[in-house]
Amino acid sequence: MADLSINFAGIKSPNPFWLASAPPTNSAAQVHRAFEAGWGGAVWKTIGAPVLNVSNRYGAWHYGSQRMLAINNVELISDRPLEVNLKEIRDVKRHWPDRALIVSAMVESKPEAWRDIVMRIEDTGADGIELNYGCPHGMSERGMGSAVGQVPSYCQMITSWVTEVAKIPVIVKLTPNVASVVPPARAALAAGANGLSLINTINSIIGVDLDTFELIPNIGGKGGHGGYAGPAVKPIALNLLSSLGVDEEVKRYGVPISGMGGITTWRDAAEFLLLGATSLQVCTAVMHYGFRIIEDLVDGLNAWMDAKGFKTIAEVVGKSLHRISDFNDFDLSFRAVARINPDKCIKCNLCYVACNDSAHQCIDLVDAQGQVVPPYRYDAHANGKHEAVSTRPQPVVREEDCVGCRLCHNVCPVEGCIEMVEVPSGRASVTWRELMQTRPEVTEDWAAMERYRKEVGIEIH
Amino acid sequence: MQQVIKPEEVLKEYHPPLTDHEALVEAHRCLYCYDAPCTHACPTHIDIPKFIKKIASGNLVGSARTILEANLMGATCARVCPVEELCEGACVLNAEGKPIMIGRLQRYATDYVYGRGMDVFSPGPPTGKRVAVIGAGPAGLTCAGELAKLGHSVTVFEKRELPGGLSTYGIIALREPVEVALAEVEMVRRLGVEIRTQMELGRNLSWEEVRAGFDAVFLSVGLGTVPALEIPGEEHVLDGLEFIEASKMNPHSLKVGREVVVVGAGNTAMDCATIAKRLGAERVTVVYRRTEREMTAYDFEYRFVKNEGVEFRFLAQPVEVLSENGQVVGLKCVRMSLGAPDASGRPAPEPVPGSEFVIPCDQVVKAIGQEKPWVAQMLGLETEKGFIKVNQDYETSLPGVYAGGDCIRARGSASTVMAVQDGKLAAFAIHRRFAQSLGAAADD
Ligand SMILES: Cc1cc2nc3c(=O)[nH]c(=O)nc-3n(C[C@H](O)[C@H](O)[C@H](O)COP(=O)(O)OP(=O)(O)OC[C@H]3O[C@@H](n4cnc5c(N)ncnc54)[C@H](O)[C@@H]3O)c2cc1C
Ligand SMILES: Cc1cc2nc3c(=O)[nH]c(=O)nc-3n(C[C@H](O)[C@H](O)[C@H](O)COP(=O)(O)O)c2cc1C
Ligand code: SF4
Ligand code: SF4
Ligand code: SF4
Repeated sequence: MADLSINFAGIKSPNPFWLASAPPTNSAAQVHRAFEAGWGGAVWKTIGAPVLNVSNRYGAWHYGSQRMLAINNVELISDRPLEVNLKEIRDVKRHWPDRALIVSAMVESKPEAWRDIVMRIEDTGADGIELNYGCPHGMSERGMGSAVGQVPSYCQMITSWVTEVAKIPVIVKLTPNVASVVPPARAALAAGANGLSLINTINSIIGVDLDTFELIPNIGGKGGHGGYAGPAVKPIALNLLSSLGVDEEVKRYGVPISGMGGITTWRDAAEFLLLGATSLQVCTAVMHYGFRIIEDLVDGLNAWMDAKGFKTIAEVVGKSLHRISDFNDFDLSFRAVARINPDKCIKCNLCYVACNDSAHQCIDLVDAQGQVVPPYRYDAHANGKHEAVSTRPQPVVREEDCVGCRLCHNVCPVEGCIEMVEVPSGRASVTWRELMQTRPEVTEDWAAMERYRKEVGIEIH
Repeated sequence: MQQVIKPEEVLKEYHPPLTDHEALVEAHRCLYCYDAPCTHACPTHIDIPKFIKKIASGNLVGSARTILEANLMGATCARVCPVEELCEGACVLNAEGKPIMIGRLQRYATDYVYGRGMDVFSPGPPTGKRVAVIGAGPAGLTCAGELAKLGHSVTVFEKRELPGGLSTYGIIALREPVEVALAEVEMVRRLGVEIRTQMELGRNLSWEEVRAGFDAVFLSVGLGTVPALEIPGEEHVLDGLEFIEASKMNPHSLKVGREVVVVGAGNTAMDCATIAKRLGAERVTVVYRRTEREMTAYDFEYRFVKNEGVEFRFLAQPVEVLSENGQVVGLKCVRMSLGAPDASGRPAPEPVPGSEFVIPCDQVVKAIGQEKPWVAQMLGLETEKGFIKVNQDYETSLPGVYAGGDCIRARGSASTVMAVQDGKLAAFAIHRRFAQSLGAAADD
């Protein structure tokens, strides 16, 4: 059994899993039950300025048979009175001294307002404060949330108001609704933030009702952009997380990052850890399935860490970050080709049509005699399962023509059936950056490029 | 405690319709294969991935149109096709033992349009050409409908009171309710096809009339009655097809014995046994002269009746129906042993001398196939093993006279979907014939 406990800028928790600041952390009763179920920590639903909520505030993106691949919301911060929240926070912390209890806050952009809320939060005994600079709807229109997170100078100013008075760790929660999260992160760190968290929700519109032409969800005949979260946003979250992990300036501060956005299983969790998150926050998965998912998050992560020989979370954090690179530094001589395992192949021909219509037309249908045959070659009188199955050709990759784009691998429904096999390209390793330095004309002029290709033996059909 | 058996309950359609949710989940499970093997295996080559993805996308009318374009009797076929041998048997997901429920999805889509009284096709612009179709079973109705879509004027002559052929009279209600078959008949009528019932070629309809009044003829007369067992006591034996027909048309008047013997081991025999069992027979025994291995019933039919509690006596051949005072009391059989392969390639059963035994019973039903179409002799058509002989274009030895369905099925097993494909391809061939005579290009 690995040790899953973490120390996040001085905030300790028995495992890295925290409930994100959201509906599951709306009240003491909920957080009590979550802690009973095994959650390592919770970020209380954002408290602060007075608000009013609306009905139909959650929309959802369903895909195929999968419900709620993502949720979208126009919920505001906590609509329960501030005093009630503060009393309940105090209560929960007293009952659960070993868990991380962080309070998310968002108030008007005035120094007094921020100082006041910080004092009141500290008074509850909470372990930390998370500054919500992420909410992309409702609060942003009032100059709070993402309206702050999108402008590094505001971000820095408000963070410094807080860090000047705060005695407990301050985490700044970033919005993904920016071209890059790096500038606001640097600004928060410059103002003394003790940790960062990301991502908050992404601006989105779920859809339109095709019978009524109303927006989904329909709020009294209207609708509008809301915050998007859940499994569908995970790849975006991983990218933004890693962009902080590789930024030299961010790295210099050495502060921990709390990762979130689509975490549903321990597998997702492990990926966030590998790309630099120290603690992990979860919202949508809990909204979908309840607090009970913590059991496999912990159990699965534990089993994986044991299998890989990791003893502590710290050993995992950031372990894959050194592989983050960009196109300029990829080895242009790296070559892989698709290879189909006929023993696993069920002959659905999805690879065939994908390569034929969208890639490089290099998968052949080969019959039992080894002949390449066209699709649909049976006649109107042919029928029956025996005839259909026994005459069905096998897709085979013409490796010499395969550019290794990986499309077929991605569409194949059978796990492990199409493998991308690394093959020697016979060319010396070279990157685009190197080419720009050593052979700039090749990167600027097609004729030079063609000569270069001929010279090193690159042929593209 | 005598339990009252309600035929409308015990014989009602066996599979419930898929719920919207079931259909959606199943439709999403389909991989959308390219050049899909299920489509290849379907004798009418319905574009299965296409119709299934239309269910997934919520385009149910388009889904039904995709089905009916290839197979005008799509609602019947959704229920009666031996899918394990056809589309579902070829589904790539058999690799995991869980093929897509193609038949049930097909039913879901076709029920959608029939349930709402929607038509997905309209008659083509009139060409002035006239076609007579003899027999309103699946082959005849399909040929008529396809020709009407192409603008030809079609009259169907049907000897029975109701059109639909065996879909109406022969397929047990557990599999297909009569209303489904009749809804397809109405759809064909709405395409402008005239269906004249109680008109039998060779009885109240002469061949001269047909030849004189029409530019082409399609014969889709199916097969005849169940042949005689040719044993003493024959007069006490019930015809399996009439037995099934009664269970559909007039189930309350169908008298089922306490101990019933069904002779034969094809799908009709399985259906007779099922009906007898469900309508209250205490014991139903299927008697067959060969073994389990040579049975012509589909595996899933055999499994189904065994589940219903039907018993089997293999290697037994009836030699006499025993009766007392006009009431059947038993079926005397002789044991058989399997010898060298016969003309059908299966081992020939031979009686074991002195091995007679009696199966006590009070009802004997024969289901040993159907007579060959006599229309062939009447019209002097060339035949093959007693079936009407046709060329690749479904044309018989008489120019302009086409045939399809069970009456040409000299090879392979007779089924509704094969009859539909014949009807469709014959319609296209007739259309090409007309197009040639008009000097225009065929457009199928
Ligand atoms: C009991 C039973 C169960 C079956 N179950 C299945 C099943 O589950 N699945 C399956 O796929 N197939 C099944 N079949 C087979 C299927 O029903 C037939 O293959 C199909 O109906 C053949 O269609 P058809 O149009 O060729 O002939 P039929 O359906 O037999 O239609 C022929 C029509 O022609 C009419 N006719 C005949 N002679 C004349 C004449 N001289 N003048 C005018 N009209 C005439 C008849 O009255 C009839 O309406 C079953 C068959 C039987 C007997
Ligand atoms: C309905 C809803 C309400 C939310 N409310 C808040 C909030 O009050 N404060 C906050 O910082 N984040 C809020 N979030 C964002 C989540 O804390 C989290 O950043 C985001 O949902 C991504 O994580 P997930 O993919 O696990 O849901 C909310 C999210 C949802 C779905
Ligand atoms: S990797 Fe790309 S080019 Fe190669 S076979 Fe697959 S789809 Fe075609
Ligand atoms: S996609 Fe995969 S399973 Fe399907 S035909 Fe191609 S290799 Fe085979
Ligand atoms: S073979 Fe199966 S999975 Fe593939 S298209 Fe047909 S029904 Fe769908």
